[in-house]
Amino acid sequence: MSAPMLDVSGLTRRFGGLVAVDDISLSLQPGEIMGLLGPNGSGKSTVLNLISGALRPDRGSVRFNGGDISRAAPHHIARLGVARTFQLVRVLPSLNCRENVLAGVAFGRDALWGQAAEQRADALLARVGLATRAATATTELTYIDQKRLELARALALDPQLLLLDEWLAGLNPTELQEGIALVRSLRGEGMTILLVEHVMDAIRSLCDRCVVMNAGRKIAEGAPDAVLAEAEVIRAYLGDDDA
Amino acid sequence: MKPAFLLAASAIAVAILATVPLYANGYELSLAITLMNYTVLATAWTLFSGPTRYVSLATVAFFGIGAYTVAVLAERMAWPWILLIALAVGVAVALIVGLSTLRLSGVYFVIFTFGLAELIRQIVTWYEVNVTRTLGRYIFVGIDPADIYWQLLGLAVLVFAAGILIRRSRLGLALRVIGDDETVARHIGINTTIAKVALFALSAAFMTLCGAVMAPRWTYIDPAIAFSPVVSFQVLIMALLGGVHRLYGPLFGVVPLVLLFEFLLARFPNHFSILVGLAFMLIVYAIPQGIVGFVERILRRRGDAA
Repeated sequence: MSAPMLDVSGLTRRFGGLVAVDDISLSLQPGEIMGLLGPNGSGKSTVLNLISGALRPDRGSVRFNGGDISRAAPHHIARLGVARTFQLVRVLPSLNCRENVLAGVAFGRDALWGQAAEQRADALLARVGLATRAATATTELTYIDQKRLELARALALDPQLLLLDEWLAGLNPTELQEGIALVRSLRGEGMTILLVEHVMDAIRSLCDRCVVMNAGRKIAEGAPDAVLAEAEVIRAYLGDDDA
Repeated sequence: MKPAFLLAASAIAVAILATVPLYANGYELSLAITLMNYTVLATAWTLFSGPTRYVSLATVAFFGIGAYTVAVLAERMAWPWILLIALAVGVAVALIVGLSTLRLSGVYFVIFTFGLAELIRQIVTWYEVNVTRTLGRYIFVGIDPADIYWQLLGLAVLVFAAGILIRRSRLGLALRVIGDDETVARHIGINTTIAKVALFALSAAFMTLCGAVMAPRWTYIDPAIAFSPVVSFQVLIMALLGGVHRLYGPLFGVVPLVLLFEFLLARFPNHFSILVGLAFMLIVYAIPQGIVGFVERILRRRGDAA
């Protein structure tokens, strides 16, 4: 095995008396898609926040391409090549669609400015299917289009590692298929992706491996089908009776 | 074509404004100075607070620092040196304050900036009473009102030029992203601390210079005059009335409000504060987007209807 792109080890984060993330370890190879699963409140989003620098761990380390980023500032981590989307979609309301993506282009890895930046922003809008909406106000976008826009902004950072926090949640079946195809096409470009997700179709068709969390701890790891069949995973989701 | 036209139009406007002291009488010139003073202050305020939406009540802290530096150094050195020292002091305070407080947000930042201005006023008062054993200072410098007006006009040109350059720059985009969502800003690689502190200091630099330039108008100042919180509130309300999402927005608040305050002070000197308070409430309730935002919305509605 080659060196992992992302190597999380012993990650722990407390909020007061609650241990939201408890001794989590996982690692991603370049080009891999990993799903991070678990019931609500199991700490998945906190793991993403710890990786992206939004939160700092109490214990443990996050290494990206060999370098320790567990105490780095979010803007520093973003410039190293880690981009993310947010569980509750966060577009920039006073900026139009092109400017939203431009914001990513202008400050990420290999940041651009001026005409080159605008061309790149337009290309990214086209990539996510928003080519005609460049001058549209974000408030006029539908939910799925806001999600597309947020993804385009994340891609604008030219990331090596993409963190998707329930990016496929809340989509109708047609939109979901489009969304899955879009994420798959990113893998085709060699991007490494860690996605927090509840949508099982998406997990089965996208993920190489999954890590399942419950109450802050890792309870299973492996290929999606195998992991989803494990008794402890079923118990975590559905309770003892169904295991 | 269009930028060139705007540049030419602005140059002509500045040239015309520069001739005001040649024919204005004493009262008119004094009114023009007040207008120019608040134009600089409200535009400088908008430079930082407009895009980032950090509402600052520290305007008079920097304005007062500028004025007091002049009061202390007047007659001791040449005018440009005094301005430079005032600038250095203002920027230094802004950097210290910015680095220590810009992690505050929302109402906490507002309260802090208000407290800062009061704190500086108290410190200056304490120093003057206990160390220099005077409370007021006389300012005698050979600068007449026309000179003050021209310096303010120059500052206004600089503050607008700075605003335009920033708006077109990467820094300008960073500030707008920060104003919209600071978490997103950090996660797309923006060093939000540097962006905010840089703009806070630049905005403070203009306010400080404005205070320094205005100081000779008073001939006598004490901390209560130089650090009067009313200035901060007036600048805030002028900027809000005009509209802070455009650089030229505050102009549309400065002109009507300076004239209104002038009128109220002359006619109802005893009820001035009450009437100003009413004006504040009316503005915030009736046109929260400011005049520029209000007009833009009407134009857009017309455009949609057509």
